[in-house]
Amino acid sequence: MDLIMTNQQKRIHPHKFTLWVVICSMVMMFAGLTSAYIIKRNQANWLTFELPVIFWYSSAIIILSSFTMMISKRAFAEREMGKYRRMLAITTLLGITFIVLQAIGFYQLSGSGITLTRNVAFSFLYVLVGLHALHVIGGVITLTVMLVRVFSRKSRNYSIVPVEMMSMYWHFVDLLWIYLFVFLLMIR
Amino acid sequence: MSNEAILHDQHFGTHDAPHAHEHHDHESFITKYVFSQDHKMISKQFLTTGIIWAIIGGLFSVIFRLQLGYPDSTFPWLQDLLGHWAKGGKLDPEFYYSLVTMHGTILVFFVLTAGLSGTFANFLIPLQIGARDMASPFLNMLSYWFFFTASMVMLSSLFVQTGPASGGWTIYPPLSALGEASEGSKIGMDLWLVSMALFIVSTLLGGLNYISTILNMRTKGMSMTRMPLTIWALFFTAILGVLSFPVLLSGAILLLFDRNLGTSFYLSDIVINGKILPNEGGSPILFQHLFWFLGHPEVYIIVLPAMGMVSEIMAINSRKPIFGYMAMVGSLFAITSLAFLVWAHHMFVSGLNPFLGSFFVLLTLLIAVPSAIKVFNWLTTLWRGNIRFTPGMLFAIGFVSMFISGGLTGIFLGNSALDIHLHDTYFIVAHFHIVMGVAGFFGMFAGLYHWFPKMYGRYMNNTLAYIHFWVTLIGAYLIFWPMHYEGLAGMPRRYYDFSSWESFKMFAGLNEFISFVSIIVFAAQLLFVVNFFYSIFKGRKVTTQNPWGATSLEWTTPIRPGHGNWLGEIPEVYRWPYDYGKDGRDFIPQTEPVGEHESKH
Ligand code: HEM
Ligand SMILES: [Cu+2]
Repeated sequence: MDLIMTNQQKRIHPHKFTLWVVICSMVMMFAGLTSAYIIKRNQANWLTFELPVIFWYSSAIIILSSFTMMISKRAFAEREMGKYRRMLAITTLLGITFIVLQAIGFYQLSGSGITLTRNVAFSFLYVLVGLHALHVIGGVITLTVMLVRVFSRKSRNYSIVPVEMMSMYWHFVDLLWIYLFVFLLMIR
Repeated sequence: MSNEAILHDQHFGTHDAPHAHEHHDHESFITKYVFSQDHKMISKQFLTTGIIWAIIGGLFSVIFRLQLGYPDSTFPWLQDLLGHWAKGGKLDPEFYYSLVTMHGTILVFFVLTAGLSGTFANFLIPLQIGARDMASPFLNMLSYWFFFTASMVMLSSLFVQTGPASGGWTIYPPLSALGEASEGSKIGMDLWLVSMALFIVSTLLGGLNYISTILNMRTKGMSMTRMPLTIWALFFTAILGVLSFPVLLSGAILLLFDRNLGTSFYLSDIVINGKILPNEGGSPILFQHLFWFLGHPEVYIIVLPAMGMVSEIMAINSRKPIFGYMAMVGSLFAITSLAFLVWAHHMFVSGLNPFLGSFFVLLTLLIAVPSAIKVFNWLTTLWRGNIRFTPGMLFAIGFVSMFISGGLTGIFLGNSALDIHLHDTYFIVAHFHIVMGVAGFFGMFAGLYHWFPKMYGRYMNNTLAYIHFWVTLIGAYLIFWPMHYEGLAGMPRRYYDFSSWESFKMFAGLNEFISFVSIIVFAAQLLFVVNFFYSIFKGRKVTTQNPWGATSLEWTTPIRPGHGNWLGEIPEVYRWPYDYGKDGRDFIPQTEPVGEHESKH
């Protein structure tokens, strides 16, 4: 039994593996959109745009939230439940802040004449940033569910798998944003 | 502890309880038949839904074939069935397009993707790799219910006033993007897109579960190279789906934006009914790229599971090991990889750069190599076999015949110069129906006849099965072979009426003949449906655990396995699944340890 147990350590939990596959397919969706973007940019009728300054702040926020998520996961592993809960709550708040900042960014964009329908370039900008925001919202909802559970449930569940999966997903949306942000800065 | 134990121990309590099935006897009707998490039940749900869709989709083709075969006749009963879509018994041209579109959509996606992969991936993966269920039974259940919801949305689109989508199963914009462009581009098109979005979610949920299960849940001793070829094929199918469907989703999202939010991703310089539209800067070709990046892998999503099942059934019923196991796996891998690199062969005449086109010609023709390897291996498996002509085996052989015929015409089409002439003619219709439509169905039938005893604990009726096979095989060739000639003569696909067209008047008799045979073949499929449902309840009972004398794990379960599949421990595996006719023995099950003096395969 012991032998098999140690063997097991090296193997990845099936649900975590499933999440990796999910991430691959999300990557494919954004890869599809960004390649369409590149093709379209090389054709006529493309207007370039300036990204709103606030996207720099939202980038900082989401990178920060990745760190708090990481600390939270470590705390869970070391059974410091209080710290875990605090950090999870902070991550959730940062996630919400990110979405609010993105919304403000959209607002400023349309205020400066960069509207959804004026040019394909702008439409792409909205779709890419918007779809990413949806993925973050999905993450925030899951985080909230986890928070509610942590604060209310009587029988404690000490499996680290859900926490690890949450942090995997959260780092993914973080990296995805950085990719999109750099992409949009470089190729406009 | 194995992954199996981590995930499923609490559900099945099988640690050392040989009575695992007992505590499952008090499942309620709802959890057993409706919101079931048992992979076998989910598989049957996919199957039944798929069969219902196949009847609907097939009926549609019969109706539009009536128009094509008998353009001057009227059929008053059509008006009873379709109301204002067939006034006076004559099919409305708008609705003709809806029927063609729905026929394509339903059969490609709902029947040959969900019905085929959904049924057999769910049924066979856990049983053949030795797992109690999928990695996530819950996601698996969700996958079916997303499919069900997608089905309901698509079905509802048949009943809206302006009719269902009518721009072809490829829904190219601008036609599909502009409500003013046709009746079917109104609400029907939105419903199509919503339904497909749900369908994509279903396929993704299913696919990632299949991948995760195959990689993580195999029983002890079941190394990757000891897996039956069905599992390999389903594995590559799932990978194709997980990587290509999201791209279709992004294409569909952009189309929804164009339709409803006034963007111009696909639209530019359009005049419609004399009115100039404000949309500028978009490109309809962009949609074609996004669509075919899925669309081409999609055709392999349909045919790979069929290939896997055919390999398996062929080895079992030839009583011989499959010829070239590793070559079979390798060619599946090659087909999967190439499938992502050839999409533009559907776009040779879209104004694609001819220089770029030549790369796609090369890559497309390369697919012929792994395809030929597979065909060669099937034929050599049959060669000097001790063939048992069961219905499953007949359909497997029929599959190979269809795949050869349709693959050869693919080589014509892969040459961009020839394709300029053949594109969008009946030659295409012939090509893909033979190689994908009929072949896909043959694989599905082979699988159903073969695994029916495992699914329902009864046999299907053999006489009906033989009639079904011969009528379908001969009928399919009679229907689709002549279409090659029509296509070579330039007869375009998707037209409502050829009789007013001087060059194609000569095909009137041939068209009538094709329509006539279609009706007979459709009737033969109903025979199958009757046989299927009758046998579930009244078929001859299976009395032995392993009726086909097969080596793989699913035949080591009880005749009617409960949730959890095996009563005691999951068996351990010691060898590959193709030890037929070895060392003077008819077959050696995978669970038998390798003997001391056994020869190598
Ligand atoms: C040797 C292998 C094959 C080659 C070289 C090949 C080549 C082609 C080409 C070039 C076209 C585009 C023709 C046109 O629209 O002008 C085409 C269409 C098509 N092929 Fe194949 N093909 C092959 C095998 C297959 C297989 C195995 C399947 C399905 C399982 C398949 C399904 C289809 C479908 C569905 C279409 C038509 C789609 C549409 O326009 O509606 N092909 N094929
Ligand atoms: Cu193709």
